Amino acid sequence: MAMISLVLILLVGGVIAALSERLSSNAPRWVALATIALTLGYLLAVMATMDDLQRLQASTPSDPATWLMHFKSPWIPAFGINLEMALDGISLLMVLLTLFLGAVAVSASWTDVDQHQGFFEANLLWTLAGVLGVFMAVDLLLFFVFWEVMLIPMYFMIAIWGHENRAYAAMKFFIFTQASGLLMLVATLGLVAAHREATGVFSFSYFDLLHTPMSETTAHWLMLGFFIAFVVKLPGFPFHTWLPDAHTQAPTAGSVILAGILLKTGAYGLIRFAVPLFPTAAIEFAPIALFLGVAGILYGAVLAFAQTDFKRLVAYSSVSHMGFILLGVYALNELALQGALMQMIAHGFSTAALFMIAGALQERLHSRDMRQMGGLWQAMPRMGAVAMFFVVASLGLPGLGNFVAEFLVLLGVFQVDRWIAVIAALGLITGAVYSLMLMQRAFHGEPNPRFENLQLNDFGAREMFTMAAMIVALVALGLYPQPILDTTQSSVLGLVEWIAQGVAQ
Amino acid sequence: MTAQQFLALAPILSLSLTVIVLMTQTSIRRNPHLAWWITAVGLLITLWCAEYASGFTQQVTPLFKVDLWGLWFSALLVFAALVSLMLARDAFPAEGHRKEEFYLLLLLATLGAVVLAQACHIASLLLGMELMGIALYAMIAFPKDGSLPLEAAIKYLVLSACASAMLLFGFALVYAATGDLSYAGIGAKVGAAYVQNPVLVMTGSAMVLAGVSFKLSLAPFHMWTPDVYQGAPTTVTSFLATLSKGAMFIALTRFVIDGQLYHYPALLNALAALAMASMLIGNWLALRQTQIKRLLAYSSTAHIGYLLVILISLPQLAEGSQLAPLGRAAVSYYLAAYIVTTLAALSVVHMIGGEDDTDLDAYRGLFWRHPVQAATLSVAMLSLAGIPLTAGFIAKFYVIALSYDAQLWWLLGTLVVGSAIGIYYYLRVIFSMASAAQVTSSAGESQRGWRNPLAILLLLMVLGLGTLPQAFIDLASQF
Repeated sequence: MAMISLVLILLVGGVIAALSERLSSNAPRWVALATIALTLGYLLAVMATMDDLQRLQASTPSDPATWLMHFKSPWIPAFGINLEMALDGISLLMVLLTLFLGAVAVSASWTDVDQHQGFFEANLLWTLAGVLGVFMAVDLLLFFVFWEVMLIPMYFMIAIWGHENRAYAAMKFFIFTQASGLLMLVATLGLVAAHREATGVFSFSYFDLLHTPMSETTAHWLMLGFFIAFVVKLPGFPFHTWLPDAHTQAPTAGSVILAGILLKTGAYGLIRFAVPLFPTAAIEFAPIALFLGVAGILYGAVLAFAQTDFKRLVAYSSVSHMGFILLGVYALNELALQGALMQMIAHGFSTAALFMIAGALQERLHSRDMRQMGGLWQAMPRMGAVAMFFVVASLGLPGLGNFVAEFLVLLGVFQVDRWIAVIAALGLITGAVYSLMLMQRAFHGEPNPRFENLQLNDFGAREMFTMAAMIVALVALGLYPQPILDTTQSSVLGLVEWIAQGVAQ
Repeated sequence: MTAQQFLALAPILSLSLTVIVLMTQTSIRRNPHLAWWITAVGLLITLWCAEYASGFTQQVTPLFKVDLWGLWFSALLVFAALVSLMLARDAFPAEGHRKEEFYLLLLLATLGAVVLAQACHIASLLLGMELMGIALYAMIAFPKDGSLPLEAAIKYLVLSACASAMLLFGFALVYAATGDLSYAGIGAKVGAAYVQNPVLVMTGSAMVLAGVSFKLSLAPFHMWTPDVYQGAPTTVTSFLATLSKGAMFIALTRFVIDGQLYHYPALLNALAALAMASMLIGNWLALRQTQIKRLLAYSSTAHIGYLLVILISLPQLAEGSQLAPLGRAAVSYYLAAYIVTTLAALSVVHMIGGEDDTDLDAYRGLFWRHPVQAATLSVAMLSLAGIPLTAGFIAKFYVIALSYDAQLWWLLGTLVVGSAIGIYYYLRVIFSMASAAQVTSSAGESQRGWRNPLAILLLLMVLGLGTLPQAFIDLASQF
């Protein structure tokens, strides 16, 4: 019940935020912050009362009793569909990341959104609710429902508050994810049909479907349906073309949510569903997935280097970083999986911060074009320093979270295929090239004469506070990643064992 | 006929009685308000009668087979008529229009639709179809001003008459070959007749299929749909889109099931071709429409295509699949979802555009002007696109589950492609409503007190069907 309440708090908070616009234009923002704080507080309170946190030490994917929380109640019994949700270490981390970045997004929208604030914050909270549902649902149809429903408020955020080319970007974003979602729906129904033929039971439950005997061809096709849906969302090469448009056109808070959280649902789906449901097919498919991962890393980096638009550059860098996640998942060993999870969190912080900086620049310069920037450090030293920090974090400076993540992934992949690891490591170099170029073009050099007429305010208290929170998080991840690794370790180990078992059969 | 049989026909009788009462009242003293109330009460009584008649299900004369399924559909159709009637209340300007006649035509068309839903014989099928069709010609041409309604009515009259003639001739040929006019009889004898006289049977059934496809506006027989949807007054469009198509589809379904026509692969292949063409062409042509009624016309072509997939998957399911009992439930659910969603969409169109079809630009900024109406139209569009938590999603879920089980890969693939195309134009409507308003004038938008409650009711029905389908499934499984 606690998990449903988390989603409900956010949904109701969204309605209150929408209505509170009548009080004042600031009210929806405070309501949104309070709602996120309440959700987080509730989650922590529930965790605190749980005396068996030691379950984090032992978790098997197929046994709900070993998960932290599990809830099941009938929804559409005619089809064996339940409101079934469960939480393990991986889900818990993702939920915490979602709530943290949700608060960051509210902060990013504080001055950026200047009309219909109530509806904006409502959409933001509803997106968060959908994402929490995705991270906790273990009924495959419920998962699909959250998966699709979270897109609608996100669509509104881009379509209403986006930049000049928003109609095109919002439509492209929605059609890409929706069309691939249909493939997932067909694959889900196929999996359920296979399970029903084998056992005679109509069930959408993850825990039942894990034990589905099926022929190799069926498994292969169904796996492909899930894989495409998740890789489009990730996004992996060659399905990434929606991402630069959506990220560039979305309002700052929308970009923060998209890059920080929504992309992670794709990675989460791969780890939770695409791999464990079809272990044998996943292993056979791994070489192709690894290739797509490496291609994404290099291709994203090359394209990022060619951009002149600040946000587009960051967007393409995400494609490159997501390649590491794809590598980490399909190396299918503990090290690489841990690295992928770490990358999900670290990339969430660093990219969210970079998008906030891009948004702040757009607000002040009314442009995202780096050719019109230059020498901004002199005008805005605080913003420059913060940008420097996140740029080097993003390129994988040792001591910060992203380095730990990429290093773990490379180490894990090296055990599987050393050439793939060697080529992927090139991504670290190309990453340094485009990241430093971004810094150099925007903040260093001669100040652009254009700025003389503009009032350039440096980061204020609200922005510095938000940035400081993310800086602390990234440093902590980089210097002492052990708590994060501990939280997910049992789930990751369980997953690796599950795959080994599945192949042995 | 026994008393029991009369009771079984209660919905048809109550509708006929309402027609007579209304006609008498109008001939004594004209009063549009009283006429509206008589119609509304008559329809409500018919709804109750449909429930009441469920205690007396039986074959009534060779013409009607009153069963729970047919009664359930009758209730659905009468509900759609009620919503159309509510929209018609302030549809036409008072001067120059005899609205009593409109209500009379609406009742007659509803009667035709209910007859279609319960028919089990070619004679009653044609009777119902013509009753509905002829009333519809007059309804489309009802507005006094403007050339569009007249053009639409003539177009519909000419083409629909052609289709009816084709249907009639086709049935005559089938009758010549089989010597039977009941659904079950034709189904039983047509196989043997084909061996004896293949040309006659093939020509006959092809003509019947073409006639039915025209009435359902399946591609490639869909050409009339956008013009008639656009030209007709919005109340009539909603009637045409829901009742007329729904009743025709029910008749087709009953023909296929009662006659066990699914044993004939040639028919199934023809239906599959029609379904695929409709899904692709309907969605494709809707892409570039800027008038919302034309858009809905093409979208309905696509949706009837999806519905056909259910019908095609029935035979494969008949043989021992666990999903077999779901086939009928799927038709019930899809039709209910389609009818409720279309009514929701068209009720908002009616409020924004009045009788004229307005460009999508008229919907700009609707979210900030009329949030309730905009929310209803958005949810209706999402439902038509098949997004979860709306009725359209469960409907699509049924279709995909059934076609996967029946292993209709080509149809399944077309359905996925068609739905993916469809998202684009449904979203465009929502995008228009969300974008900033160009014009501040809202000249065509009449504000009536009951408009918002009606929109909220339809909105809740679409969401209710989508979020709590179990209650509906339980209800539908009794039939």
